[in-house]
Amino acid sequence: MIPDEHGAERARAQELGWKLVFACWLIATSSTLGALFFSEVMDLPPCVLCWYQRIFIFPLVLLLPAGLFPFDPKVVRYTLPLSAVGGSIAVFHVLLTYGLIPERIRPCTQGVPCAQNQIEWFGFVSIPLLSLIAFCIINALLLVTHYKVSK
Amino acid sequence: MKRRTLFITAAVVLVAAFAAATLVYQSRKADSSQALARQALLVRDHAPTVGPADAKVHIVEFLDPACETCRSFYPFVKRMMAANPGKIRVSVRYAPFHKNSDYVVKVLEATRKQGKYWESLEALLAAQPGWAPNHSPQPDLVWAQLAGLGLDLDRVRQETFDADIARIVQQDIADAKALGVTQTPEFFVNGKPMPSFGYEQLTTLVNDALAKAYP
Repeated sequence: MIPDEHGAERARAQELGWKLVFACWLIATSSTLGALFFSEVMDLPPCVLCWYQRIFIFPLVLLLPAGLFPFDPKVVRYTLPLSAVGGSIAVFHVLLTYGLIPERIRPCTQGVPCAQNQIEWFGFVSIPLLSLIAFCIINALLLVTHYKVSK
Repeated sequence: MKRRTLFITAAVVLVAAFAAATLVYQSRKADSSQALARQALLVRDHAPTVGPADAKVHIVEFLDPACETCRSFYPFVKRMMAANPGKIRVSVRYAPFHKNSDYVVKVLEATRKQGKYWESLEALLAAQPGWAPNHSPQPDLVWAQLAGLGLDLDRVRQETFDADIARIVQQDIADAKALGVTQTPEFFVNGKPMPSFGYEQLTTLVNDALAKAYP
């Protein structure tokens, strides 16, 4: 491969990586604002599991831009662990709301029961489901970024 | 620099959308709080009510007998009534958000048929940690708390599952949902909800209503 061509391909990969990480930031920021809207504007109290998911998505709003300006492909290394753990909690939470995990291991003994859905859009979209979708997309985009850019 | 512009634009758009949604949500909430339709959902003839019928300040409380905060607000509201004799009446509506709370609510309604509603409600609230440990109501433990109130407990047991009681509870749950009640206790004073949750906010709301109704 001619060095020039190699450089051009690298630049294209970097451009794609930037866009993917930017998309992750859009999702993380929308989710954060959405979560704040539910709790602060609509006064829906977050349950314990919601708080754990918040812990893993709020920092992404600030961490991802650190990897965007200038673009740092290593951003995946310090953001994917957060979104992966957050996604796992979201999976647990969604299974709980569908009753697939028995109530007895429910970690919520006080405050809002995690298995109680506070909103339901179109009959099936609950807050935990929104969270799961957001984490899944972020995880997928970060993985793609990793494989496209580091090659 | 194109990237930076894109990023800043996106950030501004997201924050603006949040602010706009907040404004829309709050204005809609304010609108609906003044609507007359709301009043119809709020005040139902079936709701247990204490206080003189001609009292001009009407507090409607959405309550869950298993809710700890409802338990601590109960004496607070009672004191407000005592401090303004004849001017306040209180209606209880149900928002049984805890699991099994609907059962407890039905038992309460069954005690009402024997004219012992308020005694039973007070007994259950007072003994709440005993029958609802860790916020999970245990239907079996409720009965012991009702002994000694002079109730015919066998009759209560039978009437707990009466269809009219089930209808009341269903209606209350539907009204709570329509009114946007998501937490208990929720108070409406002459149709107005608390601006935010707290003892002081409720006191202010009641005092304002008193000042307006009894100048």
